[in-house]
Amino acid sequence: MSTLTPESTSDSPSVARTYAAFSRPMWQRVIFSREFAVIALLIAAVVYSRSEVAYFDGPQTMYYLFRDTASVLLLALPMTAIIITGEIDLSVASTVGLTSVAFGMLYDDAGLSATTAALIAIGIGVLCGAFNGFLIAYVGLPSIAVTIGTLALFRGIAAGLLGTESRTDFPEAWTDWAKERIFEDQPYPMILIPFAVLAIVFTLLIHFSPFGRGIFEIGQNDEAAHFTGVNVARTKAILFVLSGAVAGFVGIYTTLVTGVARAENSTGLELSVIAAVLLGGVSIFGGKGALHGVLAGVLLIGVIQRAMLLNGETINVINIVIGVLLVLSVMSTSLLAAARRVVEASRGARSSGRSSHSAGKRSLS
Amino acid sequence: MSTLTHPSGGSALSRVAKEVLRSRELAVALVLLVLIAVTTFKSEAFLFSATGWRDLLLTPSMLILLAVGQTAVIITRNVDLSVGSTLGLTAYLTGRLFIDTNLPIIVVVLCAVLMGAVLGMVNGLLVAFGRVPALVITLGTMYIYRGVFLTWAGSDRINADDMPRAFRNLGTESILGIPVLTIVALLVLGAVGYYLHTARGGRELYAIGSDPAAAELYGLKIRRRVIFAFVLSGALAGLAGAVSAARFGTVSSSVGTGVEFEAVGAAVIGGVAIFGGSGTVWGAALGAFLLVTINRALPVLGISDFWQQAVVGALIVGAIALDRILVLRQEKKLVAARDDEPTSHATAPTLDPVLPSGATPADRSEPADPGSAGTDPKEGHR
Repeated sequence: MSTLTPESTSDSPSVARTYAAFSRPMWQRVIFSREFAVIALLIAAVVYSRSEVAYFDGPQTMYYLFRDTASVLLLALPMTAIIITGEIDLSVASTVGLTSVAFGMLYDDAGLSATTAALIAIGIGVLCGAFNGFLIAYVGLPSIAVTIGTLALFRGIAAGLLGTESRTDFPEAWTDWAKERIFEDQPYPMILIPFAVLAIVFTLLIHFSPFGRGIFEIGQNDEAAHFTGVNVARTKAILFVLSGAVAGFVGIYTTLVTGVARAENSTGLELSVIAAVLLGGVSIFGGKGALHGVLAGVLLIGVIQRAMLLNGETINVINIVIGVLLVLSVMSTSLLAAARRVVEASRGARSSGRSSHSAGKRSLS
Repeated sequence: MSTLTHPSGGSALSRVAKEVLRSRELAVALVLLVLIAVTTFKSEAFLFSATGWRDLLLTPSMLILLAVGQTAVIITRNVDLSVGSTLGLTAYLTGRLFIDTNLPIIVVVLCAVLMGAVLGMVNGLLVAFGRVPALVITLGTMYIYRGVFLTWAGSDRINADDMPRAFRNLGTESILGIPVLTIVALLVLGAVGYYLHTARGGRELYAIGSDPAAAELYGLKIRRRVIFAFVLSGALAGLAGAVSAARFGTVSSSVGTGVEFEAVGAAVIGGVAIFGGSGTVWGAALGAFLLVTINRALPVLGISDFWQQAVVGALIVGAIALDRILVLRQEKKLVAARDDEPTSHATAPTLDPVLPSGATPADRSEPADPGSAGTDPKEGHR
C-alpha cells in the first residue's frame, strides 16, 4: 500500500500491487447471474407453453404478446436506470395517461396536425419528468414521496381536462401503423422498431458510457459518486426527464393502439413496470441490475400472462402468480444467502454474519 | 441563541405552546378549518344540514383507519402498499360471512380484523426475514391479495340485502350527533396515538425508523416490532374493510383500489416522514380528514370534482416540499447559532458533536425543537 517505498516497488516487481483477479472465469460470471436465471426461466416458459398450451404457437399469440407488452417494455428502459440509482418513479403510468389525453385533445379539439400533437404530447411528458427530476435531484426530496404525489397530480390533471369523456378520432394512417406488422406474416408489430432503437440507446447509455457508470455509482453510494466527479443531481434529473419522454411516447402509442384517449388509460401500469424491473434482477437498493435481465423479466411476465389466458385462467389468478413470482424473486437473494450460511456452517467455516451476508450478495451480482 | 445551550430557559407551558404552534398538525388542522369555513360560506348545507354534518365526519372514517395503520408502518421506515387489497378482501369476507353464516355482527367484524391481521403478518414476516424493502414485498402481496379477492368473489358482488339491517345501520347511525363509524375511527386513533407516544413499544418503532442500525446495536427487537407494525396496519385495514361494507352497503370488485396511495398521501400530508422516525398519527388522521374533505368540498366550490385528484397530488408535493424548506431553515439557524456562540464551546465542549448531527440531512425530516436536539437525545425521536 502507500507505506511501500518507491525503491521496494521498483526493485522487486513481484511485490508490486496487483488487483484481485475475478473469483470466477468470465463465462461463469455471465452465465451464473441473476439475469441469466431470468432468461432461462423465460426460455423454459416459452418451451413449456409451446408444447403444453393449445394455440400458444398460433400466429396471433406472439403478435398480441409483443403488442400488449410493448408499453411495459418501453417504460422499463428508463425505470431500470432510475431504480439502479436507488430512486423510483411511481408516476410513469400517470404521465402516460396525461400525454394520452393531451394528444387526443390537441388533435381532436385544437385541430393540430397529428405530428404537432404528438410532439407537444412528448414535450408534456418531458415537462412531467423534469418536474419530478427537479424536486428529487435539486430540491432533494425522496423520490417515492414525490412520485406518489405526482402520480395523483398528473392523473388528476388528465381527469380534470377530459373528465369521463374520451377522444376516439385519430388519423387512420397512424392507428394502422400502430397495429401493423413489420413483415406481413411475422408476429412482430411495428412498435418493436422504435423499441429496438430505444433499447439500443439505453443499453449504450446504461452499460457502455461514463454516464452509465455514474448511474451505478450513485446507486452504490451517491456521496462517493459525488467525490469521484459524478454530477449526481444532473444525472438523476436527466433520468427522470428521459422517463417522462418515454412515457409521453408510450402515451401516444397507447392512444393509437387502443383508439381511445381517456384519463384512465394505463392506470396501475407503474406497478407492472416496477414488478418486471425487479423480477429482472435490478436491486431495489440501487447499484445493481442489467437491461437484458429486465427485458427478459418483462417478456417472462408477458408469456405467463398469455399462456395462462389461453389456458382459460382469469386475470386474477395470473395476478396472484405474478405477485408470488415477484416476492420469490426478491426473496431469492436472502434465501440463497441463508442457504449459503447453512452450507458454510456445516463445513465448519468460521464466518461472521457480516461476511456471509456480503458473500451471498456477491454470488448474485 | 441561548435556546441552544439553555433549552429549559422557558417555562414548561411556553415550551409546550411553542411546540404546538410549530407543529404540522396545527397547520393541517388550520387548512382543514379554513376549507370547511369557506365551503360552508358557499353552501350552508355543507356543514349545517343534518346529512352535511354527518357526512363531514363519516366519510373520512375509513381513510383515517388506513392512515393510522400506515403511519405505524412508515415510522419504522417501511411502507405498506397492500392495504387497499386487504381492505377489499376483508370487505368481501364480511359480506360472505353474513350470507353464509349466522354469526353475530361483532364476531363478523372481529373475523375481518383477524383476517387483516393475518394478511399483515404475512407482509411483516416477509419484510422482517427477507431483508427486502417493504415497498417490493407489499407490491407483490398487493397483487396476490387482490387476485385472491377477485378469484374468490368471481363475478358476484355483495348487495345491501345480503347484510343484516343492524349492520348497515351502523353506517348511518349517530351517537350524540357523531356517527358510530367515526367514533370507532377516533377510538382507534386515540389508542394507537397513545401507544406510539408513550408506550415502550411505540417509542421503539420511532427508534427503529430513525436509525435501524443504531436500534439494532441498542438491542431492540427490530423484527418483532416491524412485524407488529405490519400486523397493526393489516388489522386496521381489515377493520376499514368492515367499515366500508357497513358504510356503502355493497362490496364490488373495485373496492379499495388505489386507496393505498391515498393512505400514504394522508400520512405524508400530516407530516409523517417517508423515511421513518418522525410523525404522529394525529397528523396522519388530520391529513386523511383533509384529503377526504377536499374531495367533497370541490364540487361545492364550483370546481369540477374531476380535478380533485390533481389537488390531492399538488397537496402531497407541496407538503413534502414545505417540510424540506422548513428543515433547511432550521439547519441554517442551528449552524448560525453555533457559530455565534464561541463561549459555549469552552463551557460545554461535549455539545459540539451533538449539535451538528442534529442538523445533518439524516435528520432532515425532523423539525425538532432546537433546544431538545442538544440536551435530550430521547426527544430527538419525536
